[in-house]
Amino acid sequence: MGSVLKPPGHRVPSPLSRRSFLIGAAGTGIVLGFMRPGLAAVDALSTPPDQLFEPTVWYSIGRDGSVTVNIAKAEMGQHIGTALARIVADELEADWERVQLAYVDTDPKWGYMVTGGSWSVSHSFMPLSQAGAAGRIALIEEGAKLLGADREACSARNGMVSAGDQSIAYGDIVARGDLRRVYSADELKQMPIKQPADRRLIGHDTSAIDIPSKTDGSARYGLDAEVEGMIYARPKIPPTRNGSKVLSIDDQAAKTVKGYISSIALEDPSDTVPGWVMVFADSVTAAIRAADKVTVQWQAGDTANVSEQDILDHGGAQIADPKGGSLLVNDDGLEPAFAAAKTTLEQTYTTSSMLHFQLEPVNGLAFEKDGVFEIHTGNQWQSLILPVLAKALGVGQDKIIMRTYLIGGGFGRRLNGDYAVPVALATKAVGKPVKMVCTRADDARFDSFRSPSIQTLRMAFGEGGRVTAMDHHAAAGWPTGVMAPSSMPKGVNGVPYDPFSISGADHWYTVGAQRVRALSNDLANRAFRPGWLRSVGPGWTNWAVESFMDEAAHAAGIDAVAFRLGLLDGTGRNAGTAPFSVGGARRQAAVLKRVAERGGWGSAMPKDTGLGIATTFGQERDMPTWVACVARVRVNRGNGVVTLEKLSLVVDAGSIVHPDGALAQVEGAALWGASMALHEGTEFVKGQVKDTNLDTYTPLRMGDVPEMDIELVESAEMPTGLGEPATTVVGPAIANAIFAAVGARLRHLPMRPPAVLQALSSKS
Amino acid sequence: MTTFQVNGRTVAVDVAPDTPLLWVLRDEIGLKGTKFGCGIGMCGACTVHVEGRAIRSCITPLDAVAGATVTTIEGLDPDGQHPLQKAWIKTQAPQCGYCQSGQIMQAASMLKDFPDPTDRDIDAVMGGSLCRCMAYIRIRKAIKIAAAEMRGDASNG
Repeated sequence: MGSVLKPPGHRVPSPLSRRSFLIGAAGTGIVLGFMRPGLAAVDALSTPPDQLFEPTVWYSIGRDGSVTVNIAKAEMGQHIGTALARIVADELEADWERVQLAYVDTDPKWGYMVTGGSWSVSHSFMPLSQAGAAGRIALIEEGAKLLGADREACSARNGMVSAGDQSIAYGDIVARGDLRRVYSADELKQMPIKQPADRRLIGHDTSAIDIPSKTDGSARYGLDAEVEGMIYARPKIPPTRNGSKVLSIDDQAAKTVKGYISSIALEDPSDTVPGWVMVFADSVTAAIRAADKVTVQWQAGDTANVSEQDILDHGGAQIADPKGGSLLVNDDGLEPAFAAAKTTLEQTYTTSSMLHFQLEPVNGLAFEKDGVFEIHTGNQWQSLILPVLAKALGVGQDKIIMRTYLIGGGFGRRLNGDYAVPVALATKAVGKPVKMVCTRADDARFDSFRSPSIQTLRMAFGEGGRVTAMDHHAAAGWPTGVMAPSSMPKGVNGVPYDPFSISGADHWYTVGAQRVRALSNDLANRAFRPGWLRSVGPGWTNWAVESFMDEAAHAAGIDAVAFRLGLLDGTGRNAGTAPFSVGGARRQAAVLKRVAERGGWGSAMPKDTGLGIATTFGQERDMPTWVACVARVRVNRGNGVVTLEKLSLVVDAGSIVHPDGALAQVEGAALWGASMALHEGTEFVKGQVKDTNLDTYTPLRMGDVPEMDIELVESAEMPTGLGEPATTVVGPAIANAIFAAVGARLRHLPMRPPAVLQALSSKS
Repeated sequence: MTTFQVNGRTVAVDVAPDTPLLWVLRDEIGLKGTKFGCGIGMCGACTVHVEGRAIRSCITPLDAVAGATVTTIEGLDPDGQHPLQKAWIKTQAPQCGYCQSGQIMQAASMLKDFPDPTDRDIDAVMGGSLCRCMAYIRIRKAIKIAAAEMRGDASNG
């Protein structure tokens, strides 16, 4: 791997001898791992397999007692390896100081590879707990034999099996015992796990194993990947995301750039990057400069003149048409309830295009070796892009390996692995290893950004402000519809829907007759590639739901907390079910009450200062993370600037595996919510995003951070997710606080000063 | 050929003199800890020290550092144990970590000017360093812990 450094604490081993970690031991053999300083001399990964105890694919124990946990999730800041290894180690009764991590490359044995949806801990909790329990039971059995003790008299703790005053270390059991056990998936599913009170690592604080390497420059990201003999490439991005064709390439001027090699139009059988031109050079700088001098004539796709308002107008027309779309909820009696209502309320909410702006621009390194294509890049959804790569390259998936790297910001951008395709095509075309580097502007123009959205909500009120019906229509570009249509579930009317473009609208409020309709904005889907962005649909559906609840409370003349609590009664479909949503809406009511206390709800505020409240269930009904937020803002009536003074958050995510890591996720997710509410957002203009760099795209910075008060509810319930839920509450809480402060109601995200001024002037 | 000092050793590189220092450090010298984020000096991920001062290496041409002393994250402390690095671990500041080399180098430069920085000092100086994970709360806390250690003020650690 060329000049890659090998600092302590971060492992880039030489070619591995351990078959199970690489498909046929092909390629240069990178395993991205994090070792413990004290164990650095022992390379568990290169130990012959017969000298290890590997009861499942998820971990192995070496003769030195080191436990290597295999992490098939992407590491992008959530310290997921630490959390998953804590789950294994708790049941295994391992010595935590001897646990290390191996972030694995693609291999069918890992099963479906995706890191998103805040699912990792929740979905892995039972399988990894059971894998750990299986290992502990086997070690106790063999340890008992070696100690000459009764199995029942033995217990495991801290990497040792003990009986009375004698004990034996796990490493010695691996060395001397007969641990030839491999458990089937069905056997593991039967494995009992600990009661919450018996947990020794889960729920207790620890340091994330990946963090030291992120303070000394040794952590390795996709951008850092290199291989002998590689050339660099920078793309020329076509005028439309879909349907562009290259008519001609003029590279005359690029030939003046020292190091320039050539330019080619990519032929892409997968149609992932139509109209792409790759400019090759012998350095990053030469590739960047040469690409600036290459002139490409394109025939643009038919969406070249589509802009933001066209997309919102199209969505508005879809909502206005009662036909079409997928119905997630379609209760009888909705229209009669509206017809019989004492009063009704209807409002429309919109959101702007939002960039991922993950700090590491997308990139990739690809080469072919012995008939196998290696793709070196950080990625969140390998199982989605592997078939696309196979189609693009015209080879079987067994001829492609994706090597794993740290991700310099995921936020959903790298769920869509489209950036791997041009790299793969380029290496195939030129017959050399190719490293693609995108400038920041290239990355922004190629982003699969969060679609603009439009939503219309209606509510019917009966006597005394009682809610009798609620109707929610949402239209936006559908990332899942474009990229993974076969994975879409069906609504009650049999029409598939993108859960990541409607979840949140199917809330836990009991509102009488309810309808939730999801509409795929086909103009958006054609004009760009809609993306999954941190907190996905709930990041904007809840903007509408929770702004609307505030408006409804005011319309009904009821306090915004009391109004919501009245609807969070936990009856009917909102009662919750085991294992993940035990308690249902009553747990949401609990976090709402708690945050109202913490955030000083109802207390007197200075002039032009207000409190706003919002509550959500995080991402999805089948894995709810109950969240509530109070925002305190001060509004400058003169210039429309909103200052976010404080955020109070209460989060119930069930059992918390890695408390400090969980807190970090809530901090970051909440600030993402604030950033998307007040600081960032772009606009689609004639086939391209308007803002492509930090000169005009302005995420939240250090000085914008409010005072923050966060409580994670203590719970022994099954863990849910934490990477995204806090993002979903902050925007509406801020909007509701602005209304409380100055009486101006904002119904578009982001909320910029001109919109605040306009809302102030229109209310008077 | 351009010659300069990096992390205590003398290097000579033969690339175009207007090549950004960032890519020279990363691809010619192999110091990958310095990162590329925006390319216009507005995210801070590429921050290194030239003669002890924080600069944005993505917009600094190689010839501007001819004969100068450059320090990257790899050279801030031989064992990765600068007070800022220790405080970054103590507060568990990094999330994805991509910006953190730049954050730490910017903070190290700041503490020379402001040994006891106020929140406003931190806002002003660190405002140029984007953390997209928004780990700002912990970065601020870590800076204060490191500053206290460097001042020899154990009570504020």
